[in-house]
Amino acid sequence: MTAMLPKPKIEVRNLDFFYGETRALKNISLDIPEFHVTAFIGPSGCGKSTLIRTFNKIYKIYPHQRATGRIIVDGVDILEDDSDLNKLRARVGMVFQQPTPFPMSIYNNIAFGVKLYEKLSKSGMDERVEWALHKAALWDEVKDVLHRSGYGLSGGQQQRLCIARAIAVKPEVLLLDEPASALDPISTARIENLVTELKKDYTIVIVTHNMQQAARVSDFTAYMYLGELIEFAGTELIFTRPSRKETEDYITGKFG
Amino acid sequence: MRGSKLELISIQSRRRVINSLAQIGALLTVFFGLFWLGWILMTLLQHGLPGISLKLFTHLTPPPGSPGGIINAIVGTFLIVMLATLLGTPVGILAGVYMAEYGQTGWLGPVTGFVNDILLSAPSIVLGLFVYETYVIWVGHFSGIAGSLALGLLVIPVVVRTTENMLKMVPNRLREAAAALGTPQWKIVTMITLRASRAGIITGILLAVARISGETAPLLFTALNNMFWSKLTQPTANLPVMIFDYAMSPYKDWHTLAWAGALLITMGVLGLNILARSFFKQKPLGR
Repeated sequence: MTAMLPKPKIEVRNLDFFYGETRALKNISLDIPEFHVTAFIGPSGCGKSTLIRTFNKIYKIYPHQRATGRIIVDGVDILEDDSDLNKLRARVGMVFQQPTPFPMSIYNNIAFGVKLYEKLSKSGMDERVEWALHKAALWDEVKDVLHRSGYGLSGGQQQRLCIARAIAVKPEVLLLDEPASALDPISTARIENLVTELKKDYTIVIVTHNMQQAARVSDFTAYMYLGELIEFAGTELIFTRPSRKETEDYITGKFG
Repeated sequence: MRGSKLELISIQSRRRVINSLAQIGALLTVFFGLFWLGWILMTLLQHGLPGISLKLFTHLTPPPGSPGGIINAIVGTFLIVMLATLLGTPVGILAGVYMAEYGQTGWLGPVTGFVNDILLSAPSIVLGLFVYETYVIWVGHFSGIAGSLALGLLVIPVVVRTTENMLKMVPNRLREAAAALGTPQWKIVTMITLRASRAGIITGILLAVARISGETAPLLFTALNNMFWSKLTQPTANLPVMIFDYAMSPYKDWHTLAWAGALLITMGVLGLNILARSFFKQKPLGR
């Protein structure tokens, strides 16, 4: 299986992660393939969210969290160099479990991130906002209310707004941390279709505790347990012929 | 079986009785508190209303025995309070931002919080004396500006505390979402978290204004009083000290003016509190 892996976008090598003294990730090594969807599954507390939060170093907000090892994005070890944190985050976007619209209009929610990196004309920004909302399959629902507050949208719409916001800055990688777990089934289906649509242009990593979701949207799946990577392979293989007993137990519902 | 059921009933009825007693007790204490407040307001209306007239808002404070108003005191209070708010609010907001957004690690944040608590509970007369010692003596005379300085020192801790609390109510996931876009910290603060909590912060400022509007002690040593119009660089008329002076005087017409001033200031503070409440209600925090 390893031989068939496409070009890696992110290479994780011997990664350990600590919350204070607690070791939450134990010697993780894996490759995230470019232009594919990689899913992290596992029971609560297995470290899947912790792992995805190292790829854009968002954990750096909190003083007592640290990572050791190597995370290589496009050949550069991001753990070694802290200088370009914001540049890294421009390339590696993230969407969180809870929708997090900013306290501003729908339009400005998207323009906000773009303005950090680009000076666009009014019409250029209009185009970018429309493009991002189209990409996130939200345009038709909000095109007439662009200047209303983002809080007025439903949960599912808010989450797609957050995806649009992340896409608008044109990242290369999109990290989705349980993006649908706070949403109803219809919104979830929308987000899943979106993920499949987006992988043509982006490398996508998705954390989910919903195994069916992982099976539906991902090309590769990593099963984690207690901070360790138990198995990482093509999604079909993982769900049909897992090589490890623990993976099989989790997938068949004997455990977790 | 039967015995235990009876026992259960007796336990339940006993709980009902205790519950009613507690409820009655709580209600009584509410009425006890409201009773005094009502009495105060009644007295104020009873003595203040007869003094309310158009003249109050058109004439200067008179010498005893002649008719007059309190317009210079009203305007003076307004100016002193406004300047105090302008001086205290930026300092308070900046310190509150530091404590909520930057000072979680290290010693400066907690120390600032502790000092702020002391300032919050410091007797206001102490602040008046402080400004007297440092500013009034240095300048050589009382002035409205000195009054604003003293009141500004009262504004700061209130605004610091509300700003800090409101910012801490902003969920961390909003900060994470902003940081995940690569937003620099200062932009996260100014464009996201302060914006999400602005209704609460404005409420805090309004409450601080309400708090200082009626303060007398800090003004006794700073703004003092004035029978005439004056610049803020001179002793300036203001409602609290006017009330204090006139109420202590032996003249009946001065007493009437003092009551009218007291009624005005109470209504003003009441209005500010209602405004603050409605402001906070209509714009809840960003979820």
